[in-house]
Amino acid sequence: MCLAIPAQVVELRDGDSAVVDLAGVRKEISLSLVEDVAVGDYVIVHVGYALNKLDPEEAAKTLALFAEIGTATA
Amino acid sequence: MKFIDEFRDGQVAAGLAAAIRQEVVPERRYHFMEFCGGHTHAISRYGISDLLPSSVKMIHGPGCPVCVLPIGRVDQAIRLALEQNVMLCTYGDCLRVPASESLSLLRAKARGGDIRMVYSSADAVALAQKHPDKQVVFFAIGFETTTPPTAVAIKQAAALGLINFSVLCCHVLTPSAISSILESPEVRQWGTVPLDGFIGPAHVSTIIGSRPYEFFAQEYRKPVVIAGFEPLDVMQAVRMLIRQVNEGRAEVENEFSRAVSRDGNKKAQALVADVFELRKSFEWRGLNVLPYSALCIRQAFAAFDAERRFAIAYQPVADHKACECGAILRGVKRPQDCKLFGNVCTPENPIGSCMVSSEGACAAHYTYGRYKDV
Amino acid sequence: MSEARKAYVRPLDIKRGQVDMAHGAGGRAMAQLIEELFAKHLGNEWLAQGDDGALLPAPSAGKLVMATDSHVVSPLFFPGGDIGCLAVHGTLNDVAVMGATPLWLSAAFILEEGFPLADLARIVQSMANAAREAGIPVVTGDTKVVERGKGDGVFITTTGLGVVAPGNELSGRNAQVGDAIVVSGTLGDHGMAIMAVRESLGFESPIVSDTAALHGLIVAMRASGAQLHVLRDPTRGGVATTLNEIAQQSGVGMMLQEKAIPVKPAVSAACEFLGLDPLYVANEGKLLALCAPDDAQKLLAAMRSHPLGADASIIGTVVEDAHHFVQMTTGFGGRRIVDWLSGEQLPRIC
Repeated sequence: MCLAIPAQVVELRDGDSAVVDLAGVRKEISLSLVEDVAVGDYVIVHVGYALNKLDPEEAAKTLALFAEIGTATA
Repeated sequence: MKFIDEFRDGQVAAGLAAAIRQEVVPERRYHFMEFCGGHTHAISRYGISDLLPSSVKMIHGPGCPVCVLPIGRVDQAIRLALEQNVMLCTYGDCLRVPASESLSLLRAKARGGDIRMVYSSADAVALAQKHPDKQVVFFAIGFETTTPPTAVAIKQAAALGLINFSVLCCHVLTPSAISSILESPEVRQWGTVPLDGFIGPAHVSTIIGSRPYEFFAQEYRKPVVIAGFEPLDVMQAVRMLIRQVNEGRAEVENEFSRAVSRDGNKKAQALVADVFELRKSFEWRGLNVLPYSALCIRQAFAAFDAERRFAIAYQPVADHKACECGAILRGVKRPQDCKLFGNVCTPENPIGSCMVSSEGACAAHYTYGRYKDV
Repeated sequence: MSEARKAYVRPLDIKRGQVDMAHGAGGRAMAQLIEELFAKHLGNEWLAQGDDGALLPAPSAGKLVMATDSHVVSPLFFPGGDIGCLAVHGTLNDVAVMGATPLWLSAAFILEEGFPLADLARIVQSMANAAREAGIPVVTGDTKVVERGKGDGVFITTTGLGVVAPGNELSGRNAQVGDAIVVSGTLGDHGMAIMAVRESLGFESPIVSDTAALHGLIVAMRASGAQLHVLRDPTRGGVATTLNEIAQQSGVGMMLQEKAIPVKPAVSAACEFLGLDPLYVANEGKLLALCAPDDAQKLLAAMRSHPLGADASIIGTVVEDAHHFVQMTTGFGGRRIVDWLSGEQLPRIC
C-alpha cells in the first residue's frame, strides 16, 4: 500500500545514512532497516528508508520469464 | 529508471495478456482481490483491466491505510494541533481527509494549527530537535511497510533524549484485514466469499515475508500470489492465480522474488517488536472493530506515546448511513453500487473511506475509470 | 546666483540593508528605493518620466488584451529562476496565448519589513533581464511595505498589455473535433524544480525550471501557416488541468497517447519518489497548441526549429465526447481518464 521505488546506492554516509540515485535524482535516506549495503546495490526506498535490497539476478530471471511467456503464445 | 521501466514494457504486456487469455477456462469467472492500495493504483493508472479477459475481475481490497483510518483518529490529530498547540507532523496523504466538524488537517492549518507535511518520520524527529520549545507529534499511519520507519524514529528520539517528541500510533496489520474479508458477514451468510484468490501486497511483504500468508491459503483454501509494484508484476500475478485456480491449488507464490523472501526483513521486524505491541482491539473505518489488528507503543517507550502524554481520548465517529464503503472494502459491492458514488461523494467531497485516498476503490474508479460507466 | 547645493543622501546599503516601513511611506526613502534599485535596473523612458501612470500610444487597429498575475512563489529563488523573471514570463505568456503581441508590463511589489535589499536587488535585476530579453518594458509600478510577519518576503503582481490583430484572436472555446494536440516540450520541469528545494521533500537533481517568455515561439508557430485554434500555457495544475479546461470550454473530448508525452528522466524519477504525476505538475515555459490536423506536421517542424520548442511533440487528438473526458492510452496499452485535479497534488506514502 506503499509507494516504494528501487534506487541505486551511490554514497554511504555516517550514522546509517546513504545517498541513492534514480535517473539523476539524488536523495539522502536511512539504512537503519537493512544490513550489508554497499555502493552500487539497489534498495527499495519508502518514506526515506531502505526497506530491503533488490536482487538483480532475481529481477533478471523475472523479466526473462515474462519475455518467455510472451513469445510462447505468439 | 532501472528495475522500473523494464517492468512497464507495453510489448511484454501484450504477450502476457495473450498468455492470460489462453490460461482462462472458458465459461469460468475469476474474481481476484488486489489487497494493496498501490496495486489498485497501478491497475487504474496503467489501465490493466483493459488487458485482461472480461471473465477476470479485479476487486479492490482494504489495503489503503488512509482509507481504513477512522475519522476519530484524524480528530485526535486535529485536536492535538488546535487544542494542545503541538507541531503536528503528517504524511501528505492525511492532509485532506475530512474529519468531524467539517475540519481536515488542512483546514485546521488554516485555523492556525501548526501542521507540517513531512516525507519521512526522520523529518519529524529533526523538527523536534530544531524546535526544543515546541511539542512535536508525528501522526504515524500505515501498514507493516511504514511501521519500521516509525520504530526507528522513536528509538532515535530516545537515543537523543528528546523530551518534546511523541507519536500518535495508528499502525495497522495486513493479516487482520485479510481475515476480516474472509470472515465477513456475507461469508457467514453464503458460506464463502466471492473471491478466488488474493494478490498479496508488494512492500508489506518485503518486511513480513511470504510466510504469514500461508495461514490464509491453508485455512481458507484461497491462493495468494505476492506481486511486485509494477504493471507487469500485477499481470504475471494474475496469470499465476488463474493457474492455481484452474489446478485446484491454494498456495502462496511469490512473484516479487527480487525483493521478497519467505522470512522477510528480520532486522525491521525486530525493531518493530522492540517498540510496539499489539492492541487488543482497534477500530478500522469500514471494517469495524478488529481484534489484535493494530499496534500501540510499548511501556518501555511510553514517553513517546502521544496518547499517554496528551488528553486526547479516542472517540469513534460513525460513517454516513448510505455509505457502502464497508461492503466495497470487503469486495462484495462495487463503487458503482453505492448510491452516493459520483454525485454526493466525489474526490473533492469524499463521504467515505474509499473515496478519501486516491488508492481507495471509489477514488481510483472515479479518477481513472468512470468513463466506462457512462 | 550660486547653484543650490544638493543635500548629501547616503546611498542605499544594498549589501547589508533591509526594507523598512519608511520605504513604503511615499516619502524620500521610497523615492530613493525606486531610484537606486527599481529604476536603476528596469530603467526606460516611461519610468524616467516619474509620473503616477505611463502614457502609452493607443493601437491603431485590432483589440487590446490585458492579463494580470500575482506571484507568491516560495522559495523566491529556485533552480533555473526566481520570482522576478517568473513574474515577467508568466504575464507575457498569458497575453501571448490570447494571440496578442505583448507590448507593456506593470509591476507592483508588496515587500515585507526586514526583507534583505540584496535579495530585492537580485530579484529586480532578474526581472529587468527577463523584460529586456523579451523586448517588453516595465512601464509603471508600485511599492508597498507591510509589517514583518505579514508578507512572505515579497509578493509581485504584474499586468501585461498587448494588441491582437483582427482575426488572430485565440480562445479556449475553439477546439474542433479532429484537432491535433501539440505540446512545446517536456512536462513538469518547473514544479519539480520547486519541489527539489522544499524543506523535507528536498532532493538533489539536475532539474531546472523551464520559465521562459513564449511570444517568440508563438510568432514562429504563426509563421508556419498552421491554423491554430487554441493556445494555452499549462501552469498550475499542469497539462492535465489545462486540457480539461479546454475540453470543457469547447465541449469536446480528448484522447492522448502516453508514449508521445515528453518528460525528462529526472522529472520522472523525482515524481516517482514523491508519488506525483507529471501531467499535473506546473510548467512555466511550455505551450499547448490545438491545430487543424492537416497542419500538425508543419506546426511541429516550426516549433522544433525554435530553441523553446526543441522537444515539441504531438500528444493526442480532440474527439467527440458528450462527457468532455480527457482520456489517455497508457504506454502499457490500457486506457484511463486524465481527470481534473482534486486540489493540489500532494506527495504521498501509499
